[in-house]
Amino acid sequence: MGALANAFYNSVVKRNSVYVTSIFAGAFAFGVGFDTAITSFWDSWNKGKQWKDIRDKYVQDADS
Amino acid sequence: MLSRLPAGALRNVGAVVGPRFSCSTSNARLVSRARFASTSSGSSASSAFESFINSRATLASVTLFTAGSIAWYTSLYGTLPFIGEVHANSAADEGLHPPHYPWSHSGWFDSFDHASVRRGYQVYREVCAACHSLDRIAWRNLVGVSHTVDEAKAMAEEVEYEDGPDDQGEMFQRPGKLSDYMPPPYANEEAARAGNGGALPPDLSLIVKARHGGPDYIFSLLTGYRDPPAGFEIREGMNYNPYFPGNAISMARVLFDGLVEYADGTPATTSQMAKDVVTFLNWAAEPEHDERKKSGLKAVILFSALTAISLYVKRFKWSVIKSRKIIYNPPADKSTH
Ligand code: HEC
Repeated sequence: MGALANAFYNSVVKRNSVYVTSIFAGAFAFGVGFDTAITSFWDSWNKGKQWKDIRDKYVQDADS
Repeated sequence: MLSRLPAGALRNVGAVVGPRFSCSTSNARLVSRARFASTSSGSSASSAFESFINSRATLASVTLFTAGSIAWYTSLYGTLPFIGEVHANSAADEGLHPPHYPWSHSGWFDSFDHASVRRGYQVYREVCAACHSLDRIAWRNLVGVSHTVDEAKAMAEEVEYEDGPDDQGEMFQRPGKLSDYMPPPYANEEAARAGNGGALPPDLSLIVKARHGGPDYIFSLLTGYRDPPAGFEIREGMNYNPYFPGNAISMARVLFDGLVEYADGTPATTSQMAKDVVTFLNWAAEPEHDERKKSGLKAVILFSALTAISLYVKRFKWSVIKSRKIIYNPPADKSTH
C-alpha cells in the first residue's frame, strides 16, 4: 500500500505538469472507454431493433 | 456560540459580560470537562426553542399559514390532493381508459424497433396521409432511422413542391428534396374540415405526446371501433369508439386486415398495422428517444458514482473533526487573592 502510494506520488503527482497532463489524458481515456462500454451494452440489449441492424437489407450499392 | 462552551470557560469574562455568568456553580468550575465537538449542549438554547414552540404567536402564524395554503391550493386547482373524490362522469365522457401495451420501446434501455418504424411509415403514407399532415417531419429525418439516403431522396422526388420566386418573380414547381417537409393532404384547415364533415384531422407529428395514454391510447383508438351499444344515439357521419372522449368520433375505422402489403413479409393485420403506425408516430413525436435513453443511462451511472465519491470524501475529511475531543483543564482555583 505504502509502496504503491509512493510510486504513484513520485511518478504522477510530484510534478504538476505531469499531474495535470495525466488528469487530462485519464479523463479522455475514461471517456472513450466508458462510451465504448455503454454502447456495447446498448447494442446487445437492443439487438436487431436498431437501424444499423436492419440497414443491410435496404442499401443498394456499397457507397451509400 | 456562548452556549457551546463549558460554563467554567467563561469564568474570567463573567465580570465583563454580566452577573449571570459569575454565579456558575463552583464544582462545575473545578471538574474538567470533556465532550465531543459534534454533540450539542446548552440548556438555554433548548429552552428558547421550547418557549418559541409553545408561544401563541407561533400557533397563530402556523394556523394562518396552513389555512392560507389550503385556500390558495383549492383556488388554484379546485380540489385537495390525496382526498378521494366521486365523479358522476362515466367512461363515456372521458373515454375508456386504454390498457397498457408492452411496446418494444417502453423499457428503460429499449430503443425503438426501427423495422416497425419503417412499416409504420408505410402505413402512415398509404393510409393516414390521406387526411392527416405530419408537419414537423422532413424527408431527411427518415434517413438513418427507417430509410437509406437514396430511398428518402427518391420518395421526396415523387412529390412536387412549390418554390421560388425565380428571376421573373414567378413561383415554380420542383421535385422534393431531402430538406422538404412532409406534404400536407389539404391546402389549409378549412379545406381539411370541409373534406371531413367539419372535423379537423389533427397533425400527427406530436400526437403521441399530445394525448393522455400516448401510444396506448392511439393504438386502442385505431383498433377499438365497434357497434354502438343499444340506446347510444350517434349522429350521421360519426362513428362509435369507446376510447374517444364522448365516444363519437368523426374519423371512421381506417385499418382493416390486409390493407397494406409489407415488403418484409410481416402479415398486415389490423393490430400489426396499428402497432407499427403508433411506433412510427411515437418516433415522430420523440425523434431523440434512442439517444436520450442512452445518454440518460450514462448520466445516471456517472452522477451516482460522483455522489458516492463526494459522500465518501466528505466523511473522510470530517472524520477528524467529528471524532476529536475538546478537553479543558481549568487552572487551580486561586480564589484567595
Ligand atoms: C378519412 C380521413 C382520415 C384518415 C384516413 C385517418 N384519419 Fe385520423 N382523424 C380523422 C379526423 C376527421 C379526425 C378528427 C376526429 C374528431 O375530432 O372527431 C381524426 C382524428 C385522429 C386522431 C386524434 C384523436 C383524438 O384523440 O383527438 C388520431 C390519433 C388519428 N386520427 C390517427 C389516425 C391514424 C394513425 C390514421 C392512419 C392509420 C388516421 N388517423 C387516418 C380523419 C382521418
